[in-house]
Amino acid sequence: MIEPLIDFTTAPDRYRHWTLDIDGSTAILTMAVDPAAGLRDDYELKTNSYDLGVDIELHDAVQRLRFEHPGVNVVVVTGGLDKIFCAGANIQMLAGASHGHKVNFCKFTNETRNGIEDATANSRQTWIAAVNGTAAGGGYELALACDEILLIDDKSSAVSLPEIPLLAVLPGTGGLTRVVEKRHVRRDLADAFSTRTEGIRGKTAVEWGLVDHIAPASTWDDLIAERIAARAAESDRPSGGAGIELSPLDRTMTDDSLAYTTVAVTIDRPTGSATFSIQAPEGAQPATGDELVAAGADAWMLRTVRELDDAILHLRFNETGIGTWVFRTAGESDAVAQAEAVLSADADHWAVRETRLFWARTLERLDVSARSLVTVVEPGSCFVGTLAELVLVADRSFMLEGSWEDLDDPPPPASIRLTEASLGWYPMPNALTRLRTRFWGRDDAYEKATAVVGKDLLANDATEAELVTFTPDDLDWEDELRITLEERNSFSPDALTGMEANYRFVGPETMKTKIFSRLSAWQNWIFQRPNAVGPDGALQRFGTGSRPDYDKNRV
Amino acid sequence: MAAVDINAKIPNNVDLAGDRRLQRALEQWQPKFVRWWEELGPAAFARNPVYLRTAIDVGQEGWANFGHVEMPDYRWGIFLSDREKDRKIAFGDHKGEDVWQEVPGEYRSDLRRLIVVQGDTEPASVEQQRKLSLTAPSLYDMRNLFQVNVEEGRHLWAMVYLLHGYFGRDGRDEADEMLERHSGDADNPRILGAFNEETPDWLSFFMFTYFTDRDGKYQLASLRESAFDPLSRTCEFMLKEEAHHMFVGASGVGRVVQRTAELIREHDTDDIHQYGGINLDVLQKYINFHYSVSLDLFGSETSTNAANYFASGLKGRFQEERRDDDHLLKSVYRTVPDWTESGIGAREVTQLAALNETLRDDYSEDCQKGVDRWNRALEEAGINFTFRLANTSFNRKVGTFRDHHMSPDGKPISDAEWEANMDRWLPSDSDRAHVLSLMTGVSEPGKMAGWVAPPSRGIHQKPVDYEYVRV
Ligand SMILES: [Fe+2]
Ligand SMILES: [Fe+2]
Repeated sequence: MIEPLIDFTTAPDRYRHWTLDIDGSTAILTMAVDPAAGLRDDYELKTNSYDLGVDIELHDAVQRLRFEHPGVNVVVVTGGLDKIFCAGANIQMLAGASHGHKVNFCKFTNETRNGIEDATANSRQTWIAAVNGTAAGGGYELALACDEILLIDDKSSAVSLPEIPLLAVLPGTGGLTRVVEKRHVRRDLADAFSTRTEGIRGKTAVEWGLVDHIAPASTWDDLIAERIAARAAESDRPSGGAGIELSPLDRTMTDDSLAYTTVAVTIDRPTGSATFSIQAPEGAQPATGDELVAAGADAWMLRTVRELDDAILHLRFNETGIGTWVFRTAGESDAVAQAEAVLSADADHWAVRETRLFWARTLERLDVSARSLVTVVEPGSCFVGTLAELVLVADRSFMLEGSWEDLDDPPPPASIRLTEASLGWYPMPNALTRLRTRFWGRDDAYEKATAVVGKDLLANDATEAELVTFTPDDLDWEDELRITLEERNSFSPDALTGMEANYRFVGPETMKTKIFSRLSAWQNWIFQRPNAVGPDGALQRFGTGSRPDYDKNRV
Repeated sequence: MAAVDINAKIPNNVDLAGDRRLQRALEQWQPKFVRWWEELGPAAFARNPVYLRTAIDVGQEGWANFGHVEMPDYRWGIFLSDREKDRKIAFGDHKGEDVWQEVPGEYRSDLRRLIVVQGDTEPASVEQQRKLSLTAPSLYDMRNLFQVNVEEGRHLWAMVYLLHGYFGRDGRDEADEMLERHSGDADNPRILGAFNEETPDWLSFFMFTYFTDRDGKYQLASLRESAFDPLSRTCEFMLKEEAHHMFVGASGVGRVVQRTAELIREHDTDDIHQYGGINLDVLQKYINFHYSVSLDLFGSETSTNAANYFASGLKGRFQEERRDDDHLLKSVYRTVPDWTESGIGAREVTQLAALNETLRDDYSEDCQKGVDRWNRALEEAGINFTFRLANTSFNRKVGTFRDHHMSPDGKPISDAEWEANMDRWLPSDSDRAHVLSLMTGVSEPGKMAGWVAPPSRGIHQKPVDYEYVRV
């Protein structure tokens, strides 16, 4: 099947499935999915079920609420259809999607829900789910991503995770994880809940910990208002003031390239690789939060991360055969340092905080991308601070030792510079910095690396500090890179994904690592199994009236 | 270094002067090579001027320049045969595509491995033969030994060139390690077992150059088919030199046979042992030993590695392009020998799986030719004795017969039978001791040791009594 090209850019005036109403410091995000507006036309998005297109709008709304609405401190997400909050991912869509699309879809929806939690925890924009009808499967998982769940007590609306009894798959958007990890539902009750098609209603839902508050229709609006007021009081977001408009991205796309203003991507199909090039800022960048707001989406820090984020999503979905991503940078190191200085100088400013959190989320997208990540440090590059994270994010990094000796006037040799950025701004899904992760269990190596923060490191210094993998000189350079890409391209992509995911996340488990590794790995296995996707499996039989025929052997 | 200097120092046709990377790598490696040569190269006459051939070009005149040189000053060069225009890959999954001028990343480790295994044998044989110059039966033979040694040294250079030129840092490390492994070194042995045995005497040397160098010939010939063009061209040129090594072996064994025949006639007895000769049955035992050990170098009858190398285009068959089949070999079959209680059975497998066996067959056929020549010499001398190549199942340490005793005519035998006959089939301790006792160095021009006949002619139109090594 040829998947249509998927575009991740949208804006509220183009939403087909959501409405965003801002009322003072409260935002109401209402889901009313247009059944006819699915990404493919072989399914209808009935009963507020969603596909990737619906989730792209949700993702857009989450981002815009953070940047464009500094004064909003509570976001209420609710259903716009009668008796229905949200029915979860559309079953026909899943049944007709390629395995790869399903996996990618789940990853993106998970990232969006993690973003909602991040907004609550770190942007202090608290999300509340006002579940005013049935919340099934992905619908309940959306509610689970919110900090509070209110459920209408109308003797029929229930929350449920019916995937296992109905579809023979898992609730793949963090449901199983969040029920026990976040809401602390007892595991035996969680088991009972997740095998019960009709779900749990009313008081029992509160008792089991599945929702926080219930109210009958008559006092439903009062409950919502009360909870908004309570949560708004906790926020430190400014009251009102100008936001940063996320203006449309300046993007040019060809078959083999993607060009924005500071980020460009070129695809090399023979080696199955894409090279991301990031250009350092030219000209002064905002030094304070207010200046950042004034510069808006044009500020280099924000512009770059938006472009990078969009490029990542584009390649993930639309270029699945491009298995290796190569990162390069170009420009003045000091310019990058100056641009990111605002992140420490005015750290508490809401816009500064949002910019930093955006980078953190985007770098996390790289951590969980099923691609080989290779970073290439050459003379003229600017891997400083935030951009130096691209060295640490890589599965393999190369740094040129010395310079281009054949040139009449060889440029100064390549250097990299760690800054405060690597010491805590950008945690990975395992909640550790990339530096901590790199030196997991090796405190002296960690100390050695942190001791060089702020210094320009040449190849041998970077080797000494264990920050780069290989440092060929100019004689070997081209060959080493070419061979690495060709070799990578010759391995099984599945095996590579498995290896990379295992090596990227050392250390403690977090809710995110459980979602992206444990839950996803099980789900991806189940997605391949005949009991789910075979001709007699549950996804195919769903809605046909005939029951699935399971292979009863436990594996 | 100026172009003239570098080209004088390292004769080459790979534009070394214009390749800074290669130059630097080789300049770092060369002193290590010279040190290695001085430590582990020829033990005696190492500094005497030797009448050697030095290749300074691949053309007719270029590759055969004769003159006296001291071996440490020998100009080891790097030569590739001329490039064949529009050469296409002749076999495997890439059949019909252009050959590769660069190493595809996908096959980098496999190619590196093939080159390292081949390259490792080159210095190994120099090490194995290092003491032979002490006991050379003539200056002519000593010169031949040294010619073989410097050329094996040059073959190492050829492989190191590929490693330096195409395999980056890993290749340079491998090139260094080829000088760090030593034949017979318990901690750091040569890769292939057969290359860890010392060549104890000149009969073994002749046998080695006849049988074991011939394995090298077949390995090189199948690498010459490689889709990696620089490897192919390198091997092509090495084969020319290798032909001379086999000439040393074939003519060397031939001269021993000739001398033995003379002694038999002179003294009218088969047992010429007491007259300073080597008996025919001892020669047969040496043939049995060297042939069977060399057969092992081809590996198991079936091999997935060999199949992968073929399918990927890394290593073909002997004279691949002259063969009349699909060159994919996935659906053509052949039988390979298979050990059974009752005798040698056969197992049908795809030709792709049986590439080792196919190469071994070609090799055996080639070995037989020299044996036939030696037999003709005996016949002409009126001696009723026939040398035979043992059955390929005899005395094998690799493959299906590995754990089984087989007689030279290919019959399964018991441990007891083996013990009882071993000394009839393979050189016994006393055979070896006798051969060794004959090894006394002869360094007067034109003189020969008593166990070997003089050659019919000298080197490069020089007389046999020419001072091939100035002593
Ligand atoms: Fe050789
Ligand atoms: Fe040889």
